[in-house]
Amino acid sequence: MVRQVRRRYLALEIEGEGPLQQKEVADALWNAVLRLFGEVGLSQAGLYLVNFDSEKNRAVLRCSHRALSLVRAAVASVTKIGDVPAAVHVLRVSGTLKALSRKTHS
Amino acid sequence: MRFSDLHLCAPLRDLERTREMIEKSSELGYNQIGVPFPAGTKQDIVEQVRHVSEDFDLDFVTRLDLFPKSPGELLGDLRRFRRSFEIVSVLCGSKPVARQAAKDRRVDLLCFRGLDRRRRFFDWAEAELASKSSAALEIDLVQVLGAEGFVRAGFLSSLRREVALAKNYRVPVVFSSGAKDVLLLRKPQDYASLTFLFDVDLSAALQALSSNPMTIVERNRKKQSPSYVAPGIRLVKRKEENR
Repeated sequence: MVRQVRRRYLALEIEGEGPLQQKEVADALWNAVLRLFGEVGLSQAGLYLVNFDSEKNRAVLRCSHRALSLVRAAVASVTKIGDVPAAVHVLRVSGTLKALSRKTHS
Repeated sequence: MRFSDLHLCAPLRDLERTREMIEKSSELGYNQIGVPFPAGTKQDIVEQVRHVSEDFDLDFVTRLDLFPKSPGELLGDLRRFRRSFEIVSVLCGSKPVARQAAKDRRVDLLCFRGLDRRRRFFDWAEAELASKSSAALEIDLVQVLGAEGFVRAGFLSSLRREVALAKNYRVPVVFSSGAKDVLLLRKPQDYASLTFLFDVDLSAALQALSSNPMTIVERNRKKQSPSYVAPGIRLVKRKEENR
């Protein structure tokens, strides 16, 4: 059976000066999509921060597969998290969490 | 795929930070980097940066950024410095300079740094001249990262128009980072995603980050080699000297 909503999971690596909080990271990503694509774009993106590892500064972000290019552009445009200069790099993109963890660990 | 960043603005006075930026570029997946040097830079500084790049298996390209105030000044600068650098870019601050740069075969990259639409002179006439002289349009993506709000909206609109013109007139487009800081560097794929904001499709974006800049570097290296005579003519073998 075909699923109604197809999703994409993005493994992200976050570089920043100083320790980062999950909420700050989520806010920065949400704001990036909101600034570039507006409220309609944000609603279509279906963003959800699945997890954030503050030790490794890695996160997994979920979005709608239709909004992948939009979300990748927004992720690349992040230059600050909180008030701290930062950069977010996409490590991998996958359709399932299982495949994503396999790809990122290989 | 091999990727190139022809505009890595490393702080040459601080070798440690330069090293950090070059290391990061290598980590992010670049194979070739171009570092701009001021005209008349001492050769030992260039060699130091070259050694650092070689430590990280990067192909190092020397680059000169010219900021001429008039077409005459541009011609003088090109006469003096063209042969010393592998890539020459011209920051077009006025329309006469932009036109002269577009029609001169010695210019590799045309840059328009201002975010203001009126200071960007890449129109159809400029595109037509550039297509005949094989100059490429360079877009520093750090400008997209740095701008916000209405300024970024206007800037993206200018970029959309310029990229469409370049495509129509078959002017190659080169995307560079233009980064002065490690945190402004992104992976080539991330930069390609960012160009989605001004309607560049993914394959064209990847081409502008890989084959377009690499072709320019290769062409110039051939021109600077001792066997080069003229376009299409090169020395294959020298006649052995009579004993």
